[in-house]
Amino acid sequence: MSIARDAPGGAAEDAAHRVITGLGRDARARILSALARRFGDLDLAEDMMQEALLQALQVWPQAGIPDSPEAWLMTTARHRGIDALRRRSVLRQKLPRLRVEQERALVPQALDDPAAVVGDEHDLIHDDRLGLFFACAHPLLSPEDRIALTLRFLGGLSTTEVAHALLRPVPTMQQRIVRAKRRIRTLGIAFGVPRRDDLPERLAGVQRVIYLLYAEGFTRSEGTTHTREDLTAEAVRLARVLRELMPGSAETAGLLGLLLLTQARRPARTDDDGRPVPLAEQDRTRWDRQLIDEGITLTESAVAAPGAGPYAIQAAIAAVHAEAAGWDTTDWAQIAVLYQLLQTHDDGPVVRLAGAVAHGRAHGMDAGLRRLDALAAEPALDRFRPFHIARALTLQELGEPHDAAAAYRRALELPGNEAEGEYLAAALAGLEDQRD
Amino acid sequence: MKYALLLMGRTDDAGCGDHGGADPEEFFAFDKEITEAGVVVTSFALEDPEHGVRVSSDDDGARVVTSGPFAEVQEFVGGTYIIEVADIDEALSWARRSPGSAPGGHVEVRPVAPY
Repeated sequence: MSIARDAPGGAAEDAAHRVITGLGRDARARILSALARRFGDLDLAEDMMQEALLQALQVWPQAGIPDSPEAWLMTTARHRGIDALRRRSVLRQKLPRLRVEQERALVPQALDDPAAVVGDEHDLIHDDRLGLFFACAHPLLSPEDRIALTLRFLGGLSTTEVAHALLRPVPTMQQRIVRAKRRIRTLGIAFGVPRRDDLPERLAGVQRVIYLLYAEGFTRSEGTTHTREDLTAEAVRLARVLRELMPGSAETAGLLGLLLLTQARRPARTDDDGRPVPLAEQDRTRWDRQLIDEGITLTESAVAAPGAGPYAIQAAIAAVHAEAAGWDTTDWAQIAVLYQLLQTHDDGPVVRLAGAVAHGRAHGMDAGLRRLDALAAEPALDRFRPFHIARALTLQELGEPHDAAAAYRRALELPGNEAEGEYLAAALAGLEDQRD
Repeated sequence: MKYALLLMGRTDDAGCGDHGGADPEEFFAFDKEITEAGVVVTSFALEDPEHGVRVSSDDDGARVVTSGPFAEVQEFVGGTYIIEVADIDEALSWARRSPGSAPGGHVEVRPVAPY
């Protein structure tokens, strides 16, 4: 341990404060993951982390800042937790599961020098964090609970921040998180990595949470602005964490590749007034080359690996766009084929919509319109703004301004963010001017 | 953690195996498997629901005893396992393997409250 005993009191306190506030969300999430797995209880884990932080503020100014503040906090919180359980009547029940007595006996002097006994702890951190990912994305929780918990405990956001992120009132989000935590505890959802048999299904659930998080940030479902940079950035960060934790998973690589390639277009996706710019009109010189290169490398490894699925295919589609110099020189035939392949995994309406658009670009707008109109009977699409936008654009290109205007009007009746609404209103006004 | 596996049957197929679904041999085989796995705390099977007796209250709050058959009963507990396993996923994997969740019935998994 490096100990600054000679530092004056005030300076030492400031130093302790600085270290603690500088810990960062990732470090806090790592500590929390380890504690959650240890105690199988998120509430206890959070409380104990708080206590350890308080204790650090008292101890570090006197004793000096440990070499590894994270390890010190982890060990201190763990011992606090064991003591807390000891005081509770539930201890007897939990002891066999935790094997805490054994651990306690192994490190009797731990509180004197916690950093010295956590050597093996670091090896566990990876698994702990992955385990928390799986617990927060457990299929027995509702999709919205999964996203909330993932943001709260893996993203390290406060409940208030989660509420803002998911556009929910703070008290609602507090209740939701409390209920979800209770459900995890009551049902006995494990904080460990699932058994091999359950892994593929459960991993898909974890990937889905990150994907949904990104999707909400990419095009807001309500509100005034078109995108939410904080949510997309957080989703990319979590996808990176997951990729580090599961380097062998083709779909995890595909997901990260997809998010990076999409994120690369960020600077060109909205104009100076925050209104969306369609892919066709985006200034591709503003796309982030570094993210594209990283995304393409990931995508290439993902599509070549066994287990490649929907995320890898979507990443491949994004890669074709990224490699094209412009909208007109895009390899639409390849994209149409990739959408066909994607449909074998996910035959949902949105995939079919995108497939129809690509088909039109590859084989003529007439063919595209036929595919789109064949989808019009799908109720989910009839209520889906992008479907009517796609029809409007196709009709416009086919020289049918009257029908295109009707499609824009229908799109404007449907829910969506205001920035997109303004864009659609402007497109509609342009068409109406043409007719006059 | 302890979980109760409630093996649920339906009134229209009270005698297991009579109308398709799992037959008693499958239940015996499952019982052997789960018992040998060492996770069973206790277990029991119940006689058919028409042998049930119900104690309830009438409108004045007085206790009333009624005997089956209870025509309105659609689903009934046919038997129960209390198992001690690490987590819900392990409990669910036993519930999946149970003939009780074969077509014709279902298994309800409930955490046993710790008090």
